[in-house]
Amino acid sequence: MAIRRGRGVAAINYPTGMNLGGDPTQALVHSTPTGNFMVTLSSVDLGQGMKQIMAQICAETIGVPTDRVVVDTADTDTGPHCMGTFASRGTHRAGNAVIQAAREARQVMLEVAAEELEVNASDLETDGQGNILVKGAPQKSISIFDVALSAHFKRGRSISGRGMFLIPRSYPEKETGAMKPSTCYAHACTVAEVEVDDETGEVTVLTVKNVFEIGRALNPKMVEQQLVGGSWMGISHALYETTEPYYPNRDHGGTDFNQYLMPGPGDLAETEIIVLERPSADGPYGAKGPGEMCANPQIPAVANAVFDAVGVRIDTLPITPERILRALKAQAAN
Amino acid sequence: MELRKNYFADVRKDDLHEIGQPRPRSDSPGHVTGKTAFFADRSFPGMLHLKMVRSPHHHARIRSIDTSQAEKHPGVVKVLTAKDVPHNVYTILILIQIGPEDETVLADGKVRWKGEAVVAVLAETERAAQEAAAKVKVDYEVLPAVFDMEEALKPGAPLVNEYHGQNYYLYDSGECRKVRFGDVEAGFAGADHILEQSYQSSPIEHAPTETTGCVVAPEGNDRFTCYTNTQAMFFTLDNTSIILQMPGSKLHFVGGTVGGGFGGKVDVIVEPIAILGAKLTGRPVCFVYSREEEMQISSPRAAEKVVIKDGVMKDGRIVARKVTGYTDAGAYSRHSPYGAQKGAGHYPGPYTIPNVWIDTYCVYTNRTPSSAMRGFGVTIGDFALEVQMDKLARLIGMDPLEFRFVNAYRDGDMKAHRQPTEGAALIECMQEASRAANWPVAEKYMAMSSYRKGA
Repeated sequence: MAIRRGRGVAAINYPTGMNLGGDPTQALVHSTPTGNFMVTLSSVDLGQGMKQIMAQICAETIGVPTDRVVVDTADTDTGPHCMGTFASRGTHRAGNAVIQAAREARQVMLEVAAEELEVNASDLETDGQGNILVKGAPQKSISIFDVALSAHFKRGRSISGRGMFLIPRSYPEKETGAMKPSTCYAHACTVAEVEVDDETGEVTVLTVKNVFEIGRALNPKMVEQQLVGGSWMGISHALYETTEPYYPNRDHGGTDFNQYLMPGPGDLAETEIIVLERPSADGPYGAKGPGEMCANPQIPAVANAVFDAVGVRIDTLPITPERILRALKAQAAN
Repeated sequence: MELRKNYFADVRKDDLHEIGQPRPRSDSPGHVTGKTAFFADRSFPGMLHLKMVRSPHHHARIRSIDTSQAEKHPGVVKVLTAKDVPHNVYTILILIQIGPEDETVLADGKVRWKGEAVVAVLAETERAAQEAAAKVKVDYEVLPAVFDMEEALKPGAPLVNEYHGQNYYLYDSGECRKVRFGDVEAGFAGADHILEQSYQSSPIEHAPTETTGCVVAPEGNDRFTCYTNTQAMFFTLDNTSIILQMPGSKLHFVGGTVGGGFGGKVDVIVEPIAILGAKLTGRPVCFVYSREEEMQISSPRAAEKVVIKDGVMKDGRIVARKVTGYTDAGAYSRHSPYGAQKGAGHYPGPYTIPNVWIDTYCVYTNRTPSSAMRGFGVTIGDFALEVQMDKLARLIGMDPLEFRFVNAYRDGDMKAHRQPTEGAALIECMQEASRAANWPVAEKYMAMSSYRKGA
């Protein structure tokens, strides 16, 4: 009887957005009298930080710092339609809608600035700090604060924009299954290292090294929080979780967190996250949806590592000590 | 976390101001100081609490329901049964034209899973609602139930759901969603090795910090404001409008900050009945799942069975792959026909295989309806595919990582569902994993690229 070590690898891809398309999202953007910007959505922030990302996307597109953007979301009386937050779609779909709305608002903002500066709007650029400058003559400039005041009280212009993003629905061909499930895919490769106690069947995940390709890390800190959390969830799925431990038998289902097991702080694997960025053609600033896929590759990587450690295949999830011990027993009997 | 900017630098402009910056989240301080408002932070004078009477049986006919004792219980204001729900038989994907309507808000004549909602009790306190719910008498005639997908698909199995008429979802393509590419039998015939393996998962729970729920307030103008943690505002509003036969203009949904979803809050379960309760009593209503309800009543991730048969050559090329996937929907569709179909679009994984055959089934059994969850239609498929890849590599004596390079998809490769591959990056992920994990592979694999000339 011994503690045995093994490692396993898995590589995966994952579609962004609702499968087969047909999932629209809209956004509205307008400026306040003093040149702050309001993004109005009905999208839901599930705790992943959607509001922050929409603010950064709007700020980048308008050309102002992020702290001048406020996101108002998830009120059906004010926000235009969004299909919802699921299917790794929030950033991709709503982000594209925000870009379109922000571009329209930016155009009006530049037109008002052009009137104030007596130049062509096409000769203007933003400095990202809240000012609009004449290209090649940056000493000739106006603040967005003053442009918004002028638009509101002098020139009667609404600095606002409408955004809509829709990937048309694809219908699978009945006989061949020809279809377009998604327009862009995120990727991952995970290597997991485990120790298996062949006396108790217990698995300890020592390290997980995750490489994720996500199009563009719009906010690297928030990408990290989502990917680390996903990696933990994948390990939990592989080794611990089920509402029906003896599926298809319906008995013994957990009803609280004492019975429904998950790895606690003492069970955390040493987690490494590496991010690659191949911008997607239709993503907001190239972003893809990594929200779901980041919890997938750990499951087969751990399963393969268990085999590498003790030479038995557990092809049923979760990979519990009981299943490992039964497999070891069967192996010894052969 | 490390950003490896050396990959794909030729197709990426890194000249942005706000994007790519690790700005602190504006909502974090509220979350960590307890100042963020969630739906359950709303409380209104006179607010009622809703509790469900649930089926103790997996499958049973309802002979009669007697609510008289419950109605007399102190604090009880209203007791609702199926006849109170204007459009009681519904299905949520009807909004994207995926029917038939196959589920009841409150059971009508039959229950099809243990835990199914039968009677709703509205009372002044949670305790009164719970106590009164225990006094509802339901007379059941227990029926044979089926829990195993293979058993459910056999002729003569108990019929789970009459609205379907058989124990699987009927797609326009028949009993399953199909993908056919190349000639899979010819591929097997020419292969050096054949490996057929079966994989199985069990249902799992989303386990959000905040359980599913809503608080409804009737407004003075004949409208209802529903504070909810749904993941999809208009999807829930529009389905509620259908179930209650109430114009959408009467409904105002407020949400936006949710304590975790993971796909578990898109089923439209709590809002319609809570709004109905508010309408019929004229009082605010709170309906929040207990942790037990969240774990055993709210939809889990489906159990899946995946059978993969591969033909592989000694040099590592997979020449044929046949996948049969089964998704255990439980008693009702919810999002499962979509999930099973999504699997058909995902197989055979990120590999270029010339001959592919895929069948994915959505199967009905007498268990808690499953539905969407993070990785919907893909997570279990990836478990099966990637364990199968490991087995194939060992079968032909190749390094498992190198084996994946041989088969990895690249730009321009035709997928089984007849879309050319775009924006591939699997090879680069594996190259970086090889370095990070000190898992060396042959130089020719480190020199590969997802790009193809002309693609």
